[in-house]
Amino acid sequence: MKYLLLIYDTEKRWEAGYDKMELAEYGAFGKEFSAKILGGNALKPTATATTVRVRDGKRLTTDGPFAETKEQLGGYYLVEAADLDEALGIAAKIPAARYGSIEVRPLMIFA
Amino acid sequence: MIDLDRLYRVEWGHLLSSLIRAFGDFDLAEEALQEAFSAAVIDWGEAPPNNPRAWLYGTARHRAIDRIRHRARSQTLLAELAPFDERHLQSTEPDDAVPDERLRLIFTCCHPALGDEARVALTLRTLGGLTTEEIARAFLVPTSTMAQRLVRAKSKIREAGIPYAIPEAMELPERLSAVMAVLYLIFNEGYAAAHGKELLRRALCREAIELTRLLRGLLKARLGIVPAEVDSLLALMLLHDARRETRVAADGELILLEEQDRARWDRAEIAEGCALLQEALGRARPGSYALEAAIAAVHAESANADLTDWAQIVGLYGRLLELHPSPVVALNRAVAVAMVEGCEAGLALVDALEQPLDGYHLWHAARADLLRRLGRREEATASYQRARALAQNELESRFLARRLAELGTPVS
Repeated sequence: MKYLLLIYDTEKRWEAGYDKMELAEYGAFGKEFSAKILGGNALKPTATATTVRVRDGKRLTTDGPFAETKEQLGGYYLVEAADLDEALGIAAKIPAARYGSIEVRPLMIFA
Repeated sequence: MIDLDRLYRVEWGHLLSSLIRAFGDFDLAEEALQEAFSAAVIDWGEAPPNNPRAWLYGTARHRAIDRIRHRARSQTLLAELAPFDERHLQSTEPDDAVPDERLRLIFTCCHPALGDEARVALTLRTLGGLTTEEIARAFLVPTSTMAQRLVRAKSKIREAGIPYAIPEAMELPERLSAVMAVLYLIFNEGYAAAHGKELLRRALCREAIELTRLLRGLLKARLGIVPAEVDSLLALMLLHDARRETRVAADGELILLEEQDRARWDRAEIAEGCALLQEALGRARPGSYALEAAIAAVHAESANADLTDWAQIVGLYGRLLELHPSPVVALNRAVAVAMVEGCEAGLALVDALEQPLDGYHLWHAARADLLRRLGRREEATASYQRARALAQNELESRFLARRLAELGTPVS
C-alpha cells in the first residue's frame, strides 16, 4: 500500500534556519528507507502559503494556510509499505516525530 | 442434543479468527460464520457431527467462497479471487484442526490506530461473540450507533491497512499495553455499572476476565511467556470481581467497602487473584495493574475496615502516584492517610486537591465524609450536596441522598 506521511511541526523551530544535525538525520533517514520512499519534500513556511477556493464560480484567494494550527504542515514523504504497522514504523523514524507529529494517510487508489 | 448457544460462545472467536486469516476480510468471515451457525440449527437436529468445530469451519468456508464467486460473477471482477489462498477454493473436506488465530485477532482489534470505543466494541463482537445488540445494551447506546461504530472500525482496518498480525518484538510492549487497556476498560464498564438489574453489564466483568485468561493462554502458547503485567491485570479483575455480590443491597442501594459483608466475598477468586499477583510480583517490578491489584488484595485479606493495613495501602498508592501522577490516585491516597493519621491529616491532603478535582463528585463526597467524621455537620452537608449535584450515576446519587438524610437534611 502507499501511504503519505504528513509532517506537522512548529515551524518556529526552523525560523533561524535548518539545524545541521537534524538535516543530517533526515539524510540518514532517507538512506535507511530509500527502498520504501517514493517521494517527499520539505515545504516553505506557512507565511508563503496561499489558499484558493471557488464558490458559485467565483475564485476566492486568501493569504495564509487552510487552517491556523499549533503545528504546521512542513513536509511529506510518500512511501510504499506492506501495511499500516510498517508505515507507522517508518513515520516514527522521521526526525520531526520527536518534536511534532506525523499523520499517516493511506492513498486512495481509483480503479 | 448439543447446546448451540454454548458452542457459539466457545467457538465463535476461534472460528472467526481463522476465517479472517483465510479470507482477509472481517465482514465476509463474520457473515459466513453466522450462516454456518444458522445452517447448524437446521442440519444437526438430533445428530450433531463428530467434530462440530470442523463442521462449522468447513461450512463457513464454503459459504464464504460462494459469496466471493457470486460477487465475482455479478461484478465480473475475477481479480478479486487472486489474493485468496487457492487451497480454500479446492478443498471440500473440512480441516481436522482449525488454526487458532485469536492472538492476531486480539492485536488487530486493539490496534492503537483505532479509537477506544471502537476497540472495545470490536473485541467484544469478534472475540467475545457478543451480538451488536448486546454490546449496545451494555454500553447504553442505540443498536444503530453500535452497528455504525463496528462498521467504521472494520472499514478503518481495511482502508488504512491495519495488519492481521502479532506485532514484532520491538512493538510488543506498546501493543500489549493497548490490549490490556481495552480489557480493563471492558471490566470497568461492567464494574462501575453495579446495577443489580443490568445483568448484561455485569456480564462484561466476566467477559473481561475470560478474555484476559484467553490472552494469557495465547501469549504462553505463541510466545512462550506471559508478561507479569498480564497476570497482574487478571489478579486485579478477580480481586474486584470477588466483591460483586456485596456491593449492592437487595433494595438496590450502594454498599461501601467498609460496610460490605466480607463473608460473602468470593474466596476462590480472591485466592486465585492473590496467587497470580504474588507470582507476578516475584517476576518483575510492579506496574500500575500490580499496584492496584496489591491494594485490592490488602482489602480482600482483611477481616474488616478497622483491621485493614491502611499504612500499606498508603504506601501502595504512593508508588502508584510515582508511576502515574494523577489527582484521582492522590485522592485515594488521602482517604487512606485519613485512616492512618486521622481525619484532619486526610482532610488537609484532600483540600489540596480542590483545584484539579472541583468538578469531580467523588472529591466532594470524600471531603464530605471526612467532615462528617470530624463532626463538622454543616460543611459536610454542603459537600454532600455538591457531590450529589455532580453525580451522574443513579446509585451514587441515592447513596449521597441517604448520607444527607442521616445528617438531618432530607432530600426528595
